[in-house]
Amino acid sequence: MARFPFSAIVGQDDMQQALLIAAVDPSIGGVMVFGDRGTGKSTAARALASLLPPILAAEGCPYGCSKEDQARYPDVCGTGKMVKRAVPFVDMPLGSTEDRVIGSLDLERALRSGEKAFEPGLLAKAHRGFLYIDEINLLEDHLVDLLLDVAASGENVVEREGLSVRHPAKFVLIGSGNPEEGELRPQLLDRFGLSLEVRTPKDIEVRITIMKLVAENEADPEGFAARWAEADDAILKRVAKGKARLPKLSAGEDLLRDAANLCLAVGADGLRGELTLMRAARALAALEGAKSVTRKHLIAIAPSALRHRLRRDVLDETGSTVRITRAIDGLFG
Amino acid sequence: MTVEGLGAPPADPLEDAVLAARLFVSAPQVFKGMVLRGPGPGREALVAALAENIALRRLPGHVDDERLLGGIDLAASLSAGRPIRQTGLIEEAQGGALIAGMAERMDGAIAGRLGQALDEGATALVLLDDASEPEEGPPQSLSERVAFIADLSASRRWQGVELAPAAGHLADVAPLDDAALRALAATAEALGVDSLRALIFAGETARALAALGGRDTADKSDLSGAVRLVLAPRATRLPPQQQDAPPEEPPPPPPDGERDDQSNSEQQQQEPDLSEILVEAAKTSIPADLLASLVQGKAPRRSSSSGTGQKRKAATRGKPLGARPGMPRGGAKLALIDSLRAAVPWQAVRRREAGANDTSSILMRKEDLRIRRFEERAARVTIFAVDASGSAAAARLAEAKGAVELMLAQAYVTRSEVALVAFRGTTAELLLPPTRSLTRARRTLSQLPGGGGTPLALGLNAAREVAESVIARGRSAALVILTDGRANIAADGSPGRPQAAADTAVAAKAIAASGIDALVVDISARPGPEGAALANALGGRFLALPRADARMLQQAINAVQPIGRAA
Repeated sequence: MARFPFSAIVGQDDMQQALLIAAVDPSIGGVMVFGDRGTGKSTAARALASLLPPILAAEGCPYGCSKEDQARYPDVCGTGKMVKRAVPFVDMPLGSTEDRVIGSLDLERALRSGEKAFEPGLLAKAHRGFLYIDEINLLEDHLVDLLLDVAASGENVVEREGLSVRHPAKFVLIGSGNPEEGELRPQLLDRFGLSLEVRTPKDIEVRITIMKLVAENEADPEGFAARWAEADDAILKRVAKGKARLPKLSAGEDLLRDAANLCLAVGADGLRGELTLMRAARALAALEGAKSVTRKHLIAIAPSALRHRLRRDVLDETGSTVRITRAIDGLFG
Repeated sequence: MTVEGLGAPPADPLEDAVLAARLFVSAPQVFKGMVLRGPGPGREALVAALAENIALRRLPGHVDDERLLGGIDLAASLSAGRPIRQTGLIEEAQGGALIAGMAERMDGAIAGRLGQALDEGATALVLLDDASEPEEGPPQSLSERVAFIADLSASRRWQGVELAPAAGHLADVAPLDDAALRALAATAEALGVDSLRALIFAGETARALAALGGRDTADKSDLSGAVRLVLAPRATRLPPQQQDAPPEEPPPPPPDGERDDQSNSEQQQQEPDLSEILVEAAKTSIPADLLASLVQGKAPRRSSSSGTGQKRKAATRGKPLGARPGMPRGGAKLALIDSLRAAVPWQAVRRREAGANDTSSILMRKEDLRIRRFEERAARVTIFAVDASGSAAAARLAEAKGAVELMLAQAYVTRSEVALVAFRGTTAELLLPPTRSLTRARRTLSQLPGGGGTPLALGLNAAREVAESVIARGRSAALVILTDGRANIAADGSPGRPQAAADTAVAAKAIAASGIDALVVDISARPGPEGAALANALGGRFLALPRADARMLQQAINAVQPIGRAA
């Protein structure tokens, strides 16, 4: 199930929207997907990565540096000429060690020539693309800390084993996990931009459609991709237009107040909630090709942007989504 | 053997496993592998038969990343003076399958790697599951990704296991029609199989069964075979009774379906109740323990029982300590700088020994190698033993539950874990194995019933067992016992205060002897002397909180015994 056309994914509208928003504005932060296994989470994430147009990157650069990166990090990526390469999609397995993630001393070269060289890790590979971590809730805490830190700063700083390396690592972090098997600490959850709850499609018709599509894809992957190419292209155009439109959109005073009120009403801790809410609403508006950011966008994205930031009251059984919808109804009627 | 007449239950579970194995070897890339549960001669015969049809590589449980994925063979590189690569097991098993014994104990890290390899189609996987408890099993991330799960525990056969080759090819079988897809989807729904992967596997299985029999379209028997082999072993609920089945899935036409079959004209020959037939077929191979766990009101799903992410190893991660001599294997990491440092003083000597023909810049020997050590804080597990009997609980059980939830909420922030043992009537039960999951705990707590006698000794013993297993895994354990201490059920379940009190004293002494921290909290409205006496016997502390609500209770327990301050 390596490559599945993004437009052919059925029954995961929320997840697709969140991914597209992250593609339009990567600064939103990662996307956290809660859900059971076999719901098409990784398929969707992978599909988006392969949908996006190739990027221009320095030839032979292990980090896939852009022109700007070359200027900012002259020591790590040299002056290679720009060539096209696919948007990276890195699937980080649960058992990854810190060495493999952030990079480590290049053992081979150290042994061969006693040379102190840096062997880039998964973070380098994911630069300008997506880092997908299934079962992130089972990942060692210190690794999650590290990932979110790098994701936020866009830079991986390695100071260990006598190495001192600084390289760009901007990526959209996509985490997934089933909360029944262990939860993420709230501090970490808060650093994800958007979160969503993915459920397996319950509708029989949808499930049948999915089975059919998968079977078609398996029987003839190329033909299948060709059939969906047009629809994929349309999505691609939307993302590109959204990206172009994004800088022109800004939220008015009223909307900022709405966002602040909403965050207060649901009891979302910290400023990050408000910031993400505004950014996500803006990206959604850009994606939809709207002229301005409106309350409608804010309301549409609020559950995803705030769901994981609510302070937990364990004695209150009400789900986070319900609390947000209630607050929206109360504030905006 | 033929695949006809699949509606009838197979005589022995081995037959279905053999059928699944034939399908698997006919298209290993499609089906990705199988889980074989229950050791025994039947399974051995099946594995031997598998080995004749597909290249099987053994995957040892202690395999490390280097061996799994390939990398530099350090020892060989050093002696050769140039880097020597070794291929990883996953690569070596390309086109064949890896076979893992004791898969229920598989490390989460290895499972993660293998899951990825399965997704990429790099290899297939045969998991031998020797779990003795129904709660245990191979990592879910893997059993989810392979098509077949066969339970051979009840198998009594082992002779004549042969994997007859398929008569046709999977590629020649037509895609399933709408009616077949619908029936499979409805059956999955009835069995509570949510995963789409399982559904997709079921569809391919039906087609592969047709290929086995040399047919070019999957028929009813193929579909019921697919349900039996793929969907039924994953069932999380019992299918509704036959009479109730039709309202469950409106799409397939009810009994008079042959007439109003207007929507899909190509499926005229379709009998009206295909999904019913399939559900019926599934019933023969629904796991036996499903019923038991449903009766107990437990979540039927096998939770992350493999303990992925729960067991914490030292020696591989955590706060770095100094390096020590040793080979970097079994997950231990090479401390390169320390190794080089160890080698440097010898360079002059070694160069002389090696002569001028050795031009490598550093001469390393095996004994120079240093591995890194790490210190990992032992996770703390707080075990709550909650008295849910009539005497203690009637009024206060809600508070106890609330306090447990609050402490759990705090525990998961501080990365410690919580377990819950409840005792009432004549039993004590581990309701919540050590976990950090608030969601799971809340569900368990909401199902905790109250009333009945007070088998305090049983509760203490159960709590001690949990504590001991926690300690055996290198973590520290603390007991919080919420009770009034008025035991009236003896350790053997018989009523009677004197015997119950004596048994309680014995149980308490055992806990004191193992040096487990204990705290007794009496939350009854009128605390008597029993609670304090119990705490005394436990060598622990006592807290009487007659009027506390959940929050006060939590604060009080915290004050006495901070949870989550890791030891």
